[in-house]
Amino acid sequence: MYSNGYIFRFAIIMVVIVAAILSGAAMVLKPFQERNATNEKMQTILEAAEVSATAENAQEQYSKYIATELVVDMEGNIIGQYQDGKMVSGEQRAFDVKLKEQLKNLQDFKNGKDVQVLLPIYIFDDGSRKLNIIPMQGKGLWGPIYGTIALEGDLNTVYGAVFSHKGETPGLGAEIATKDFQQQFKDKTIFDQNGNFVSVKVVKGGVANSNINPAHGVDAISGGTITSDGVTDMLKNTFELYVPYFDKQQ
Amino acid sequence: MSEEVKKREPLFSAKNRKLLTTPLGKNNPITVQVLGICSALAVTVKLEPAFVMAISVVAVLAIGNVVISLLRNMIPPRIRIIVQLVVIAALVILVDQVLKAFAYDVSKQLSVFVGLIITNCIIMGRFEAFAMANKPWPSFLDGLGNAAGYGLILIIVAFFRELLGSGTVWGYPLFEKLGIYSVGYENNGLMILPPMALITVGIIIWVQRYKNRELIED
Repeated sequence: MYSNGYIFRFAIIMVVIVAAILSGAAMVLKPFQERNATNEKMQTILEAAEVSATAENAQEQYSKYIATELVVDMEGNIIGQYQDGKMVSGEQRAFDVKLKEQLKNLQDFKNGKDVQVLLPIYIFDDGSRKLNIIPMQGKGLWGPIYGTIALEGDLNTVYGAVFSHKGETPGLGAEIATKDFQQQFKDKTIFDQNGNFVSVKVVKGGVANSNINPAHGVDAISGGTITSDGVTDMLKNTFELYVPYFDKQQ
Repeated sequence: MSEEVKKREPLFSAKNRKLLTTPLGKNNPITVQVLGICSALAVTVKLEPAFVMAISVVAVLAIGNVVISLLRNMIPPRIRIIVQLVVIAALVILVDQVLKAFAYDVSKQLSVFVGLIITNCIIMGRFEAFAMANKPWPSFLDGLGNAAGYGLILIIVAFFRELLGSGTVWGYPLFEKLGIYSVGYENNGLMILPPMALITVGIIIWVQRYKNRELIED
């Protein structure tokens, strides 16, 4: 029979070996995983501007089109500008801003703590048009949802929108990641005629059957109400933060 | 010396071959033992993730069976389940990390389900029922066979669910190309939902038992 001492020794040795193997693998694979994540982020940003890039040429396309990255604060001041591969002013590069951290900072800020919320903006420029691309994160039904919205030069009209999610229901909430849903956002405006901020709403039952101005609404996904509402909240909560910056730019 | 050689059975003896082939049909983990149903429901909406899931389970089960078989005389029986769990968890994390590094798109589609291989009853079932009592090579074959049997059903189910639910095969829009939509056919949204996987598995079980009467228990 095995003694208690043997059982403990066996368990300890096994756990140490397994831990060593796993941390070794994590260290070896990390650069590959990080590169995938970076490429994906670049692809998403470009996709919002309707430039399709593959994982292979994402870096190249990104540096070609996204010449400027800005970080603004909640008062609308530019506190970081990254241009042509180097920091022009400030210290924080927009690409390195982690939305999750900023959402936490925002929560702390609302609770009265003195923290700064960093808001990234990517400026897309292909010579003929200039787009302001804003990344965002919100809550779906099962987990986080992500959005990347390109606004035209007027900082009002949506040029393109890309959504993704961590684990929404396939066929229902997960439909936010499809072209059909995302195309609806094109040419919607986030300010009304009087210049008041209204955001874009995802409307259950369809925009046509509601009293919402079609310029500020898109059709929701049947069976995906909570995810659809999550998109509405994410758009509103994020754009709201950028309003001071938009106002200063007008 | 010559005695030892005589005792050794060939690598692919009839018995060993059987280890590999019976789980594909007569003793299939999903349709006969009805194990691993949970993940069969979750990842069979599309062929590609089902295929990657099948490959991942093959890797975890074959390697895991060998590891457990090598350790079988050292593992204290009182903590054997925990030891098995640690081996599965370690392998699953490795598979997940490798997918994240080299098959990023697919790993995003599979998301949590790779992690949930840990809870796949087939794996622990084989560790406990086979690898704890057999040599590494038969264990390896047993793991390969059972995982392949699981993967086979996964792929069959995924094929029908993707075809009828989204009208595509491995992302290729087959129904659209055939022009079936223009005569009024519509995708069956129900096929995308998990319950239809259960019904599909049920139909496979029915067909299999109809063909093979000895599987019918009264």
